[in-house]
Amino acid sequence: MTSKLVSLNLPLTEEQIRSLTVGTFVSLNGTVYTARDQAHKRMAAAIEHGENLPFDINGAAIYYCGPTPALPGQIIGSCGPTTSTRMDTYTPLLIEHGLKVMIGKGVRGDATVNAVKAHGAVYLSAIGGAAALYQSKVTSCELIAYPDLGCEAIYKLTVKDFPAVVSVI
Amino acid sequence: MQNQANFVVFEPPKWYNNRMKKIEASYVKAQIEKLITECLIRPDESVTSALANIKTDNETESLAAALIVENNKIAANKRMYCCQDTGQAVFFVKLGDEVFCPGLATAIDEATRTAYGSARKSVADPFTRINTGDNTPAIIETELVPGDTLEISFLAKGAGSENMSRLYMLTPASGIDGVIDCVVDAVEKGGRNACPPLVVGVGIGGVTETACMLSKRALLRPVGEHNARADIAKIEEQISKRVNALGIGVAALGGKLTALGVHIETAPTHIGMLPVAVNLQCHSLRHGTIVF
Repeated sequence: MTSKLVSLNLPLTEEQIRSLTVGTFVSLNGTVYTARDQAHKRMAAAIEHGENLPFDINGAAIYYCGPTPALPGQIIGSCGPTTSTRMDTYTPLLIEHGLKVMIGKGVRGDATVNAVKAHGAVYLSAIGGAAALYQSKVTSCELIAYPDLGCEAIYKLTVKDFPAVVSVI
Repeated sequence: MQNQANFVVFEPPKWYNNRMKKIEASYVKAQIEKLITECLIRPDESVTSALANIKTDNETESLAAALIVENNKIAANKRMYCCQDTGQAVFFVKLGDEVFCPGLATAIDEATRTAYGSARKSVADPFTRINTGDNTPAIIETELVPGDTLEISFLAKGAGSENMSRLYMLTPASGIDGVIDCVVDAVEKGGRNACPPLVVGVGIGGVTETACMLSKRALLRPVGEHNARADIAKIEEQISKRVNALGIGVAALGGKLTALGVHIETAPTHIGMLPVAVNLQCHSLRHGTIVF
């Protein structure tokens, strides 16, 4: 079903991002980092204190997601997108530090939209509630930071044929 | 027993005990556990069916609907959670006043703890954000009713849709038009973040918490079924038309199907009030009811 979509390999170059059109259904392949409310709060604090982030944010893709625990035999549990608006408090700062791709669900605030446009980043909408489907698109999963946050920890995922729609560029 | 003088120990007469129906809390716990587990895997079939039979000329909306249908199939086949937000466990308990079920409150929390064992831990202290670690406490709304039955409904409420819920304290002068406008306003402002297609729960009347409780209880009604009162059913229709004309569509990617149903529940209110609560429900409508 997703085979007819425009395929995009992460990381994206600025040129690739500039060539995208709002409303295009794409299929993502490559590395994304999960982060939601508490991980964003910690990353923003790290930047403010001049500390290193848990991963290289330059050109990176963040997936707003807090998965369920993996069932026996799975590498990750159900992992659909969460509401992006809640990350708007921290997003402009992360974009200023090199974040290029954000994947989540729902609308973005003005400050995020402005930062996306000013820095040549892109916001993609994933299908909210399609967590079992997205689980089938994850080929590797590694816990890389903030394990005490449970489902809000940062995981490095490799995704294949991950459907999303270009929403803000 | 320092305050012994302030109360009288009630010794129920035999006829009273015979009249009460005893329900074993351990049985209730086991049944609720099964209910929660099934609900978290399989959302309401009518939602999947509406998405499978969607009539839209919008290609993006059509593909989004197909992806959600595929998601729900994968979840059912692999016995995994259809949505990663397994929600906060909400229970509506209708407790018959002739029912005796010692341990019921604990049984509901225990069932939640066990059934959510492999689900996401999504409940935290509001200030410290420290996770309770087991999805308890459950939210328990209790209604005392006449009779000897115990009815328990479960609803898994995720943050994405719950965050978009609103309460409007209108005045009687606002009337029906005012009510319609604020429901449409709630969907217009919050619907894109609430994982549409939605079920729009509307609670009107009572005091603030009555309206909020009714707006959530309304979500338990079979999807798209109208209120038994013809005048209210007509308002539901009107709101439904306006909401679906907003263009939000499946997964908020633009389109025709924004709301699968608008369910209004009402209660008499004060002569000086018109409270309207709107509770948005995402397409992962996970609910069920057991009558004991």
